[in-house]
Amino acid sequence: MDALIEKLKGQIIEQLNLAEIKPADINPDAPLFGDGLGLDSIDALELIVLLEKYYQIKIKNPADGKMIFESVRTMAAFIQSQGKA
Amino acid sequence: MISAIGNNVSEAYVNLSNAKTGIGKVNYLNTRYKDEFVLGEVKLSNEQLMDLISYHSPALNRTSLLGIAAANEAVKHSGIDLKDGLRTGLISSTTVGGMCKTELFYGEMVNEGKHLEVLDSHDAGESTEEIADHLGIKDFVTTISTACSSAANAIMLGSRMIKHGMLDRVIVGGVDSLSKFTFNGFNTLMILDKEWCKPFDENRKGLNLGEAGAYLVIESETSLKKRNGKALAKVVGYANSNDAYHQTASSPDGIGATTAIQQALKMSGLAPSQIDYINMHGTGTPNNDQSESKATINVFGNNVPKFSSTKAYTGHTLAAAAGVEAVISVLSLQHNKIFPNLNFTTPINEFGLVPVTKVTDQNLNHVLSNSFGFGGNCSSLIFRIVNEG
Amino acid sequence: MPKQDIPSYFFADAYKHFEMNYPKFHKMDNLSKLGLIATDAAIKGNDFLQRNKPEATAVVMVNKASSLDTDRIHQQSINDKNNYLPSPATFVYTLPNIVIGEIAIKHKLTGENLFLVCNEFDAQLLIDQAQITFSQETRAAICGWVDYDNGNADALIYLVEIADDSIKNTNFIPLNATTLNQLYK
Repeated sequence: MDALIEKLKGQIIEQLNLAEIKPADINPDAPLFGDGLGLDSIDALELIVLLEKYYQIKIKNPADGKMIFESVRTMAAFIQSQGKA
Repeated sequence: MISAIGNNVSEAYVNLSNAKTGIGKVNYLNTRYKDEFVLGEVKLSNEQLMDLISYHSPALNRTSLLGIAAANEAVKHSGIDLKDGLRTGLISSTTVGGMCKTELFYGEMVNEGKHLEVLDSHDAGESTEEIADHLGIKDFVTTISTACSSAANAIMLGSRMIKHGMLDRVIVGGVDSLSKFTFNGFNTLMILDKEWCKPFDENRKGLNLGEAGAYLVIESETSLKKRNGKALAKVVGYANSNDAYHQTASSPDGIGATTAIQQALKMSGLAPSQIDYINMHGTGTPNNDQSESKATINVFGNNVPKFSSTKAYTGHTLAAAAGVEAVISVLSLQHNKIFPNLNFTTPINEFGLVPVTKVTDQNLNHVLSNSFGFGGNCSSLIFRIVNEG
Repeated sequence: MPKQDIPSYFFADAYKHFEMNYPKFHKMDNLSKLGLIATDAAIKGNDFLQRNKPEATAVVMVNKASSLDTDRIHQQSINDKNNYLPSPATFVYTLPNIVIGEIAIKHKLTGENLFLVCNEFDAQLLIDQAQITFSQETRAAICGWVDYDNGNADALIYLVEIADDSIKNTNFIPLNATTLNQLYK
């Protein structure tokens, strides 16, 4: 799980163009949205693209994203649950 | 105007009056999603459009064809003589430009270097220039590109230029054709509804894209008197404001929209109670309809006028939208008829606003038309009927 | 105004030079980055923003290439059936007026906006358009030509305000990539 989390952090930084953030800056349990990284609705959509691009997981309903993208850890858990880790 | 509900204004009026939508499965746009989505497509192929404008040229892309067809109709209908020496301008809007054609050839262009001449017709300004060339307009020609509020800004700019004495008359409006570029883009933003859109409905899921060309002729009073012309309506108020919130989402409090409506009212000298009908932007997306409802209540309080979104008839025609809706607003004023907000069942819980759901006869003097675009660009226009005698 | 080929590190360097402190910058497309940098350069060291009410400050921009640079990127992403991955963040920038949106968001400007597409830089057009904009609520405007296409950047931003009863150009700094390079070096 930890290896997946580290990999995810790097992918998130790249996909969302978070140029001023390093993987070490991201707390895997901290909320991704809200104050933390200052992500917005477009970033949420980009995370959906990320899941498809790197893990071949398709999310049809953006509303599902809320739970999946709560934190890096919940993202990793979701990916593992889909058997795509 | 040429749109999903008719190839000219008369046809559109018939469908508007019969509550008949133009949204359905596409025939001409070749997208992988053909069978999954409904869109507001003009019911003519490019070949048929060329027949319509009596001009055949493979160089013309669909945007230009729709634009020429609509602008031709507007000029004819107005009765102006473009050769009488008065200063005439063309202010057109588009977001797609020539992309509808470029995308068909893109693969070959990049991989084989073929069809590069198609790139000549790609620019946003291209369709405007084609229209200008066709009509012979030289005094002032420009292209506005402010997303979904473009045509409203064209109407605003045209009106101002006449007011400032820079032009005697101006053809204003916009055109956008369906393209895979736009369709795929909106799809990644997840704001499309696969089914028929439901503006202002609690269970709305998103918008249906549409295509259209829609133009109006705005003239100075002097120029109108000179030729003993008759105006259908008068532009009495307009305003533009930026929401300054997000590139594609509207602020939950509808601040930009509120300001635009208020300033348009201020300019017109009208009290909110004097607005008889609002043609809403009403795309059917969860975000817009919430934000626009809030803005409407901000301005009108407990006395919200009769309103409807006509996008369930035509689809969201992007840069042409405000032009389409200006034409529909003028038709409403002319015929004292409000065209309904189709496909509505349940009001939005938060606001409880109920739009007009059936074609309604009503004496109308002032109509407010809203258009809100990506980039936070909010525009509102107010039209007044011009009565004979 | 001669177009300037700019190096790929230009935006990152300019961002640091102007101490922009605005992480959203890195998510923007080239046109928006150019517009933001040019605007920041224009308002730096003067109190234009503080002097003028945000709701009375307009933004009027013109260019030739519209959003073509970003359009191509989006087109590429939807072109290959086997590698189909359109990016919502890219699509957002396939409209030239988004650069105005970004300037408005960053500086909290809620006044009027206008974006025109023309074949070439036309000073008279810009002057006329700014003048027309002042006919309603506008009391100040950020105006300019912001064009970006294929690595070529061309930007000129100037500030206009009403002084007494007449419109006066308070700042006319030719801001193309050359002088910007000089500024940040």
